[in-house]
Amino acid sequence: MAGVQVANVSRSFGAHKALDDVSIDFADGGFYALLGPSGSGKTTLLRQIAGFDFPDAGRIAIGGESVERVPVEKRRIGMVFQNYALFPNMSVADNVAFGLSVRGEPKATIATEVQRALDLVQLGKLGGRKPHQLSGGQRQRVALARAIVTKPRVLLLDEPLGALDKALRVDMQIELKRIQREIGITTIFVTHDQEEALTMSDRIGILRDGRLVQEGPPEEIYDRPQSEFAATFLGDANIFRGDATGSGIRLPDGTTIAASTGASVPAGAKASCAVRPERIRISTGAAKPDAGNANTLKGQVSRRIFAGNNSTYFVDRDGQTLKVIVQNTGAERLAEGQPVVLSWSPDSTVLIAA
Amino acid sequence: MADLLAIGSRRGLRPALPLLLPAYLWLTVAIFLPLSAMVFFSFMTDLPLAGKEWSFTLGNYAAFFSQSLYSTLLFASLRLGLEVTLWCIVIGYPAAYVLAKVLKGRSREAIFLLVILPFWSNGLVRIFSWAMVLREGGILDTALNAVLPFKINIDLMYSYPAVIIGLVHSYVPYMVLTCYLTLQAIDDSLIEAGRSLGASRRQVLWRVIIPLSMPGLIAGSALIFVPVVGSFMEPRILGGRTGTFYGTVIEDQFVAVFNWPLGAALSFILLAVVLIILALAAPVLRRAA
Ligand SMILES: Nc1ncnc2c1ncn2[C@@H]1O[C@H](COP(=O)(O)OP(=O)(O)OP(=O)(O)O)[C@@H](O)[C@H]1O
Ligand SMILES: [Mg+2]
Repeated sequence: MAGVQVANVSRSFGAHKALDDVSIDFADGGFYALLGPSGSGKTTLLRQIAGFDFPDAGRIAIGGESVERVPVEKRRIGMVFQNYALFPNMSVADNVAFGLSVRGEPKATIATEVQRALDLVQLGKLGGRKPHQLSGGQRQRVALARAIVTKPRVLLLDEPLGALDKALRVDMQIELKRIQREIGITTIFVTHDQEEALTMSDRIGILRDGRLVQEGPPEEIYDRPQSEFAATFLGDANIFRGDATGSGIRLPDGTTIAASTGASVPAGAKASCAVRPERIRISTGAAKPDAGNANTLKGQVSRRIFAGNNSTYFVDRDGQTLKVIVQNTGAERLAEGQPVVLSWSPDSTVLIAA
Repeated sequence: MADLLAIGSRRGLRPALPLLLPAYLWLTVAIFLPLSAMVFFSFMTDLPLAGKEWSFTLGNYAAFFSQSLYSTLLFASLRLGLEVTLWCIVIGYPAAYVLAKVLKGRSREAIFLLVILPFWSNGLVRIFSWAMVLREGGILDTALNAVLPFKINIDLMYSYPAVIIGLVHSYVPYMVLTCYLTLQAIDDSLIEAGRSLGASRRQVLWRVIIPLSMPGLIAGSALIFVPVVGSFMEPRILGGRTGTFYGTVIEDQFVAVFNWPLGAALSFILLAVVLIILALAAPVLRRAA
């Protein structure tokens, strides 16, 4: 096992900067999610770590040793590809055995290790099948077994669950997490799916246009996004833009919004505030002002979307549509067109420098 | 190729019949009828031309077995087919690999064109240009003597190597094309997966790429081996006196000696031998592919 250090790595394809000065420290034994829109450089970063491609600048170290001159096959990594990349001419067992057999391990050792790996992914009985005789989820598990049987130092996964349907995806998330805990391997997991990133990982890195936007534990990124992009990419957020007042912002129409978390922005500078939809209270009349609802805005319900355990209200105010999520507690539901008052606490308001 | 050899299940053939009909009609007219005529000839004592007397006989086939010359030549031709096929693999497979996996875009198209070029030139022109290159005082001889400090004599003309060179040049595009197609279909991520599992480039080649390109190698080999065994043009022009092979003997029967019945019989013996070889190889090849 080993951690991975990525320091100031850049990689360009022609004029296009696929990675731009990215630095991340992947801790030993951690489960790390790389999140970002399509084309943001997630796969490119993974390929630099694996050694399929080489950075133009910067350093990559695995387990403290620089891997600049180390070819892929000597890096001792395990990789699961988005399309699984199982060898179609080999049986499941031979696929899993491949890494051990090229190393020249004795046959008996290979057989027991392969069986153990297949049992770990709960495919102990399917060793004799060919990859094309397996379902998507089973192939994914074979790919995982093949990647971990060689006891790699780092496990790299490129959107491994992307091709699976929702139910199977959730099953596989749980399974993957269980296996990762069991063998305690440093894992770097690329995904499009923010929910997957939030539920599975110890830390998340968000990439955008080849740059690392923010990096930290899921709670921290969710509660204290440092940019509008991070706030809206990971979860939903209402964004207000205005001028910093020192304790919040003043909107163009003069309304002030108090914020007690986030960056400190000098008064007068451009700034924005982010508020999560589920932190906003919605009511038909103004409540008694207190610290818990110091921020208030008036608006009008334009649309309500009922989703079983909660409802999403879209509230129009001054040319902006705000989103509010209300738990379904059996209280009266608001009608579309109804005037409402929104209120929320400064603690739930994150100040973001523009 | 293995699928071709192993006649597959017949289910689902009926709906395909209308689609197959034009092809079978053509095959019947263009191949089956002339071929049946040849089978007929091969059992005759003489051609029924100009009122000559003729009768049925097995003598033409018996000739093959009574004179050791024919079987000796057949073995020489089989060996020629094997050698040319091997050279085509040695030269064609790496070229196909580079085309499919290394080159991208423009340069790939350009190299591809160069590979196909022999297809576009007339076979005779191709062979005679080799003759100019290989003979004493020819292009190769002159060029080598111009750069080398000592005098050497290159006279490959009318030799076994010249025949091999000419045949390999004619047939290597088949190998490149069939291998290119199978290599193209191998996903690059399979190669990367192999490397990430600790295999060196060479190990990935032997354990992943070559097994997956078996269908192309087999199809290419069959496309080359069969016609080379019966070839006569290259052996005759480039081989001279050393260029007597089974194919040239058959050609002689048809164009020089005018003994069609013997030529036909020798051809069918060749066909039978090739089919037997392919049938024997089928189980092995099917496992490999
Ligand atoms: N070999 C290459 N040649 C040229 N451009 C490339 C190459 N590989 C990646 N790129 C470019 O680099 C950028 C980042 O690509 P990358 O594959 O890392 O994105 P990604 O974040 O993995 O996206 P996705 O979520 O769609 O898989 C893209 O704009 C892509 O076009
Ligand atoms: Mg990608």
